[in-house]
Amino acid sequence: MGSSPYTCPMTREEVINQYFLEHRAKMIDIAAFLDRVERARPSGAGDDYRVRAMVEALGILTDGAGKRAQRVLDVLSDPSPEPIAAAPGKGAAGAYAGESGTEPKS
Amino acid sequence: MRYIDPHIHMVSRTTDDYQRMAEAGCVAITEPAFWAGYDRSSAQGFYDYFRLLTGFEPKRAAQYGIEHYTWICMNPKEAEDLALARDVIEIIPEFLEKDTVLGVGEIGLNKNTRNELTILEEQIALAAEHEQLILVHTPHLEDKRKGTRITLDAIKRNGKIDPGRVLIDHVEEHTVGMVLDEGFWAGMTLYPNSKCTVQRAVDIIETYGNERLWVNSAGDWGHSDPMTVPRTGIEMKRRGHGPELFDKISFRNPLTFLGQCAKFKVRDA
Repeated sequence: MGSSPYTCPMTREEVINQYFLEHRAKMIDIAAFLDRVERARPSGAGDDYRVRAMVEALGILTDGAGKRAQRVLDVLSDPSPEPIAAAPGKGAAGAYAGESGTEPKS
Repeated sequence: MRYIDPHIHMVSRTTDDYQRMAEAGCVAITEPAFWAGYDRSSAQGFYDYFRLLTGFEPKRAAQYGIEHYTWICMNPKEAEDLALARDVIEIIPEFLEKDTVLGVGEIGLNKNTRNELTILEEQIALAAEHEQLILVHTPHLEDKRKGTRITLDAIKRNGKIDPGRVLIDHVEEHTVGMVLDEGFWAGMTLYPNSKCTVQRAVDIIETYGNERLWVNSAGDWGHSDPMTVPRTGIEMKRRGHGPELFDKISFRNPLTFLGQCAKFKVRDA
């Protein structure tokens, strides 16, 4: 890949021309999802930990600090280092629910 | 365009998928043992599954000129039951002797539990004892980063495993660095939704380079697509990368890693 920081062969304009519409649509999907959540009747106490994590992650997109994908994944990850006692099930939720498995991440 | 899909669950796919993969240039696949979407009730259920992987599936693939290899193990999604898991581990050595079995896999963690870790450690020891390659499943979504860290530490703790003989699969942007930095191979699994996309995989290659990396479809019974590996080649071409990059990622890199097992042969390689 060489030592250049520009490891994508396309020009910046070519990248935008190729991918902008696709990612514009994904951005609007997220906005519509958050609107949909607000239009729905609350079924639990407080904000859902998954939506809270998503909103926190969205801030990374505009902070200008780079490595956005890695840092978004970090926000959504379980930060604890030790194995847990038993599996609550086989599936994953997509965001860390806290040590109790039900509390929003602080 | 020739390629190897080093992680796909063909027992869950139709013969039409073999046809499409062959037409796209697939010359070989490797199929790790994994969860079938339901919990098997006994070690005998696993025995029959391993027979399917080592007997029937290579014949089905051969009809399309595709070499079929496999990995045998107790998968992490059924490893919570220690007694069952140990019954399954007892039957693994018999299958490691088969001509198309490349090693132990896909072992790993699912929810990062103590029992899963115990069974992971026991299978790492089994691989060391039998001098086998290892293919590792890392957890999905919020469990991935933690599970990858615990897994790398468990392999290093064993002390008898060369990281260059271990492929850590399902890496994403937050785990690929630690895997490569510590000398392991890394696999990117390309899924329509829940794992890495084709575009992100090429982004990762552009960021981390093309050494000790491969891509796979992990196509199975869920929402997945066996054609994501050749689509990676199309994405590379779209960006202006030469054909040698796809050949490196999807043919020569798998050939190098898998070729550490003398059983792995690809015609015209």
